[in-house]
Amino acid sequence: MTQAVAVREPAQDAAGRRFERIQQLVEEYGASRSALIPILQKAQEEYRYLPEEILTFIATALDLPPSTVFGVATFYAQFSLEPVGKYVIKVCDGTACHVRKNQALISSLRSRLGLKEGQKTTPDMRYTLEIVSCIGACALAPAVVINDRVYGQMTADKMKAVLDEIERVEAAAAGDGKEEQ
Amino acid sequence: MTPTVIIDGTPVPVNGHRNLLELIRSSGVELPTFCYCSDLSVYGACRMCVVEVEGRGLQTACSTPPEDGMVVRTTTEATQRIRKMALELLLANHQGQCQTCDRNMRCRLQALADRLGVRRVRFEAPADRETQLDEGVALVRDPAKCILCGDCVRMCSEVQGIGVLDFAGRGSNVRVTPAFGRSIDEVECVYCGQCAAICPTGAITVRSAIDEVWKAIHDPARTVVVQIAPAVRAALAQHYGIAGGEHALGKTVTALRRIGFDRVFDTSFAADLTTVEEGAEFLRRRASGGPLPMFTSCCPAWVKYAEQFQPDLLGQLSTCRSPQQMFGALARKHLPADMGILPEDLYVVSVMPCSAKKFEAARPEFAQDGRPDVDAVLTTQELIRMIDQAGLKPAELPAGALDLPFGFKTGAGVLFGASGGVAEAVLRLLSGGRGRVEFREVRGLNGLKEAELEQDGRPVRVGVVSGFGNARALLEEIRAGLKSFDLVEVMACPGGCVGGAGQPWPADTGMRRERAEMLYDCDAVQPLHNAADNPFVSDCLERIGGSDRHAAHSLLHTGYRPRRRIDGQVIELDEKPPAARVPVSVCIGTNCYLRGSYDTLKRLMEAARREGLEEAFDFQATFCFENCKASPNVRVGEEIHGGVTPEEADEFFRSRLLPLADGRSCAAARE
Amino acid sequence: MTTAVLGAALSSPADLIALKKRALQALESGCTRLVVCGGTGCTSNGSRQVLDALNAELAARGVPLVADLLEEHPDGAVRAGFGGCSGFCEVGPIVRVFPANFFYVRVRPQDAAAIVERTVLNGEPVEHLLFSDEATGERFATRDEIPFYREQAGVVLADCGVIEPEDIRQYIAHEGYRALASCLFGMTPEDVVREVTDAGLRGRGGGGFPTGRKWELTRRSEASKKYIICNADEGDPGAFMDRSILEGNPHAVLEGMAIAGYAVGADEGYIYCRAEYPLAVQRLRVAIRQAEEARLLGERILGSSFDFRIHIKEGAGAFVCGEETALISSIEGRRGMPSPKPPFPAQSGLFGMPTVVNNVETLANVPRIILNGAGWFRSVGVPSSPGTKVFALTGDVVNTGLIEVPMGATLKDVVFKIGGGIRNGRKFKTVQIGGPSGGCLTEEHLDLALDYDSLRSVGAMVGSGGLVVMDDSTCMVEVARFFMQFTQSESCGKCVLCREGTRRMLEILEKITSGRGTVDDVGLLEEVAIAVRDGSLCGLGKTAPNPVLSTLRYFRDEYLAHVVDGVCPAGACQAFRHYSIDPEKCKGCTLCAKKCPVGAISGELKQPHTIDPQTCVRCGVCLDVCRLGAVVA
Repeated sequence: MTQAVAVREPAQDAAGRRFERIQQLVEEYGASRSALIPILQKAQEEYRYLPEEILTFIATALDLPPSTVFGVATFYAQFSLEPVGKYVIKVCDGTACHVRKNQALISSLRSRLGLKEGQKTTPDMRYTLEIVSCIGACALAPAVVINDRVYGQMTADKMKAVLDEIERVEAAAAGDGKEEQ
Repeated sequence: MTPTVIIDGTPVPVNGHRNLLELIRSSGVELPTFCYCSDLSVYGACRMCVVEVEGRGLQTACSTPPEDGMVVRTTTEATQRIRKMALELLLANHQGQCQTCDRNMRCRLQALADRLGVRRVRFEAPADRETQLDEGVALVRDPAKCILCGDCVRMCSEVQGIGVLDFAGRGSNVRVTPAFGRSIDEVECVYCGQCAAICPTGAITVRSAIDEVWKAIHDPARTVVVQIAPAVRAALAQHYGIAGGEHALGKTVTALRRIGFDRVFDTSFAADLTTVEEGAEFLRRRASGGPLPMFTSCCPAWVKYAEQFQPDLLGQLSTCRSPQQMFGALARKHLPADMGILPEDLYVVSVMPCSAKKFEAARPEFAQDGRPDVDAVLTTQELIRMIDQAGLKPAELPAGALDLPFGFKTGAGVLFGASGGVAEAVLRLLSGGRGRVEFREVRGLNGLKEAELEQDGRPVRVGVVSGFGNARALLEEIRAGLKSFDLVEVMACPGGCVGGAGQPWPADTGMRRERAEMLYDCDAVQPLHNAADNPFVSDCLERIGGSDRHAAHSLLHTGYRPRRRIDGQVIELDEKPPAARVPVSVCIGTNCYLRGSYDTLKRLMEAARREGLEEAFDFQATFCFENCKASPNVRVGEEIHGGVTPEEADEFFRSRLLPLADGRSCAAARE
Repeated sequence: MTTAVLGAALSSPADLIALKKRALQALESGCTRLVVCGGTGCTSNGSRQVLDALNAELAARGVPLVADLLEEHPDGAVRAGFGGCSGFCEVGPIVRVFPANFFYVRVRPQDAAAIVERTVLNGEPVEHLLFSDEATGERFATRDEIPFYREQAGVVLADCGVIEPEDIRQYIAHEGYRALASCLFGMTPEDVVREVTDAGLRGRGGGGFPTGRKWELTRRSEASKKYIICNADEGDPGAFMDRSILEGNPHAVLEGMAIAGYAVGADEGYIYCRAEYPLAVQRLRVAIRQAEEARLLGERILGSSFDFRIHIKEGAGAFVCGEETALISSIEGRRGMPSPKPPFPAQSGLFGMPTVVNNVETLANVPRIILNGAGWFRSVGVPSSPGTKVFALTGDVVNTGLIEVPMGATLKDVVFKIGGGIRNGRKFKTVQIGGPSGGCLTEEHLDLALDYDSLRSVGAMVGSGGLVVMDDSTCMVEVARFFMQFTQSESCGKCVLCREGTRRMLEILEKITSGRGTVDDVGLLEEVAIAVRDGSLCGLGKTAPNPVLSTLRYFRDEYLAHVVDGVCPAGACQAFRHYSIDPEKCKGCTLCAKKCPVGAISGELKQPHTIDPQTCVRCGVCLDVCRLGAVVA
């Protein structure tokens, strides 16, 4: 597999800019309750997860109790209140994928990434593994999504090739970094 | 023809009932429910009130409006089966330990399981249930006992307008929790305890002080005195089936003496003292131009609410301590000498209808050298339990007399237990009347009540609210200039202290009304009705200071401070702040945010960028320095600067930040 | 393509008709069109690279390209662009050629040269790209000859894969927005509601509630403001019909919403779309922008006095938000928890105002009904369920993909004629229909008509239209467990029966599939299932036990085999399996050790290997890969 993996880099600029973006979002969507979910979605794009203090700030700006914002953020599967890895690997667990035996894929991924039961993100913050409900790519079952790119008809072998490619890209990037120094 | 519903074969007129559940209950069928409360929105989650409606099948009665001609069956094979299954499922997930639970024998889950005949639970105990006990200063949450009916959530948000508690998670991970799973003491809870009052199980309870009080009583070195708040007597009368609040109090006094309390006093005495002090304070403010309206400060949940959510009003709260704390201060000052005991041996207990009084007693302002003025606060329920533990039956005991001097009150002091009571006591004082002058406008269970009185040719406009939802609405109207008052009484609990979270269950509207009426009867039987006429109050004021207002003031008055919403949160605005940078924190808590602190922050950061000094500062956005009066606030190093509006930001940067930065950058340049 | 595709707004029906004529001519006779599938399935299979390669090849060969359909272009010019999903995702990427109507499958970028050479320049099909029947080797040049499509009916999906969804003029060429114009300039709102009522259109999202009645209730509710919501929160695992419609023909949905708005008196609409469908959201954004520019949405549509605006709300990942009251809560910024009905959304919906909530496929049917009339719609399907239904056919069937058939088509036609039968020569066992809310159909139902009422009569439901075919290696207890795991994790947790009941059903099913179940467990499972069905608050809860009840109804003996005999008849439940290696047969080729996903197999090269039962997850890969039959299950 030679296609490059799409990586959404964490915002490279200072955290201050990211925070500035949150206030912009409040202004853009308006400080009303119905804007809460879109603001949380965009805030998560900025921070890649939803830190507590950012949720409190959004609550303050929208005049909502922090518990309510926390309640909404923990209701929807899309929101993460913990930092996630650079590569988020979502294995679809829809019916079609299940019927076409995605369990083997999941166990091989777990063992390759060294994730224990209940653990989602590797300690080096490189990968997060999520088992997600149907992504609607049933005709391509079993399907896997890595940072918004869909991979269809996955097998353990194909998965290995994709991860090897990511590792190669990462190693090259690390090498570049060293040269610069 | 009046609209009629056929319930179990009997026609029942709809009579304005909003839903089938209330209609069915009015027809004499005690339909079970966990999540329906007439004061809250319909939730429909517990499924206990399912009934069969002809043509519609199974429906929850709470969510179905009655319609003429509807045919309803309440007990059928299906409704019984569903209720029993729902109960069995709830029990399977409920780590009750009933016998040792605070709500044992008073738990709706337990009672319904018994009533509906659930005799076995066929499911395995869950391993993943949240079991962490959250023991706060006034309230205790035990998530393992929560049945997720959401009553507390809706009470806190719909009636109190606060929303400390909400659901988090989804599916079988749903839980009721303060924000971010924090403990109740780390967030903006005001301890009104209405959540505990409405909880059908033992998932939220008021923290008990019974063991501490027994320990003090059993300690021979201790002299234990107790004060009893006005609203308590009404609940005792109801509980023991004794006619009349004062009569019930008298019998309870006997019980308390037999338990081992050395002196029994009446908080109504301290209430009279509060009325006198507060009346004087009001007149002083009126004479000196404000700030008005003056807000009462007897309710500790209201004080915390104002500190938490209305910090700009703190200057308008009466500085008078609450009756409980006036009593505590006086007891510490005078009782050791009067009783011939060492000050440290005096143990002061109060019996309150309230959970927030526990928080109030623990406030550092009300302690001297680390010893609180009031050592322990019992709720009405805890008092009843102690009497039970001693095996006493107050109804069968002779009435005893309260001790002097803190046992003598006027009728005005008793009124404090009902919403409008503090206002009426002050109005009586201001009116100067000697008889029982009644201000009926401020009585009753309406959320907002208003009254007016001529005083020195000028009107005194008085507003009375109970429940924070009502309070918030009134404050918004006052701020918007739609309403104008000179004096405003705020009580946290709907109906005032008679509906407090420390009172026995049920805490419904009918019980609140009955208790309030009983207090007005207590007023009627007193010889005096105006706090100014209480001779012991005058003596007391003479004794603590005479003409020395300062001495009286330090004993009877207090101050307030703004509070941050959630402990310990900071937003880092720089990735890795090197130690050499000057830390600059801008508050983005509610008050500062509303006054433009976000723009202040932005301008300060822009100014730093403009000057090429981004490296010199470590900017942070943080929540509340508890200095809200001067918002927007900026902290530089350890020093807090108020009033840094966006317009002031550039000047602030030039005068306060630039000098600090120059030093740093020069230092950096030298290296 | 720039967004300003029209140049000018359409300010009357005449403008629309004029544009339609020009666009249709350009589309049908102006040039050769290569429509590359731009649906999620084909793009993840590399269709973007195919389109790039085609354009590069065309340029290299000097073939004039059509940048804008309505601009003048020389003879022999070619337009290559992204179309919507043709449904046959499994054989993607798909490229369709018009007007020749060739249908190319599994197209790779390197096939671009052949397509340009043979098809564009010489008008011939590229043989090796045509679909061929695996069994007979027969090749089919056009779409309609392929068995997969032969039995299908095209109403909702007719334009998907034919027009480019990001060009509103192609939709207009295919009669687009003409139904809206007819409503605005020739029908009263009452007329519109009556037409939809007469057509007998029923909600395609699951419940099958008559759409006309929903509209009528909302039309009659008096309020200062009303809303139309398009429910595009397609969450059923194994269903992707709404996604394909949104990606392939978004304007049909927008037009349906605008017609609904006119009919009930609403001037604002929301599309609540799953966050997992980024491409659909992007297509919708483009479509709304183009429609607004054309004045087919927004203020004074086509010069009439009717205003209608549409907003997109992206879901945040909660299956329960497909339930209409939960969906409304979610748009309002709350936890997506359903609330009891009454009040119905038609009385008090979004922000407390009367609201119509219709699903994507339902709305996409509306313009066709207005254009062709209720009578035409009723001529398709069966009397109680007129029209067509789109199903997502997946699982152990030869041809998987999206199909559209008349309501009332038989299961046999779908599985065997369209689906081509069971894969790998195995035996048909069951079809799970309607996703986690549905039930299973067995061999005895092969002649059953697929419509709302027939399915309900056998304990299943149309649901959103997921059809998962399962072969005889499937364990029905495991299937029930799988669906229960889904509903349990997607239960909002509000009502006791669904929250606790689904958890307990899952617990019991896990107990049974892991070999610890008893006969009493089966009884308790059924008891809980019935209580949850009868007593839950919302549709999700009420239908959550369906997979259990339906498998208990048709496959009770399989449950009993697990708990009484201690066997899984299908051999699927891992707990009942044990893998070992026969040292006599093993030659130590190491293949199984290499393929084992968890490293449970060890052994020296050319020495017999062993499986560590502690580490083994019983996935069966070793069994599949061993060529010597040394792995014993």
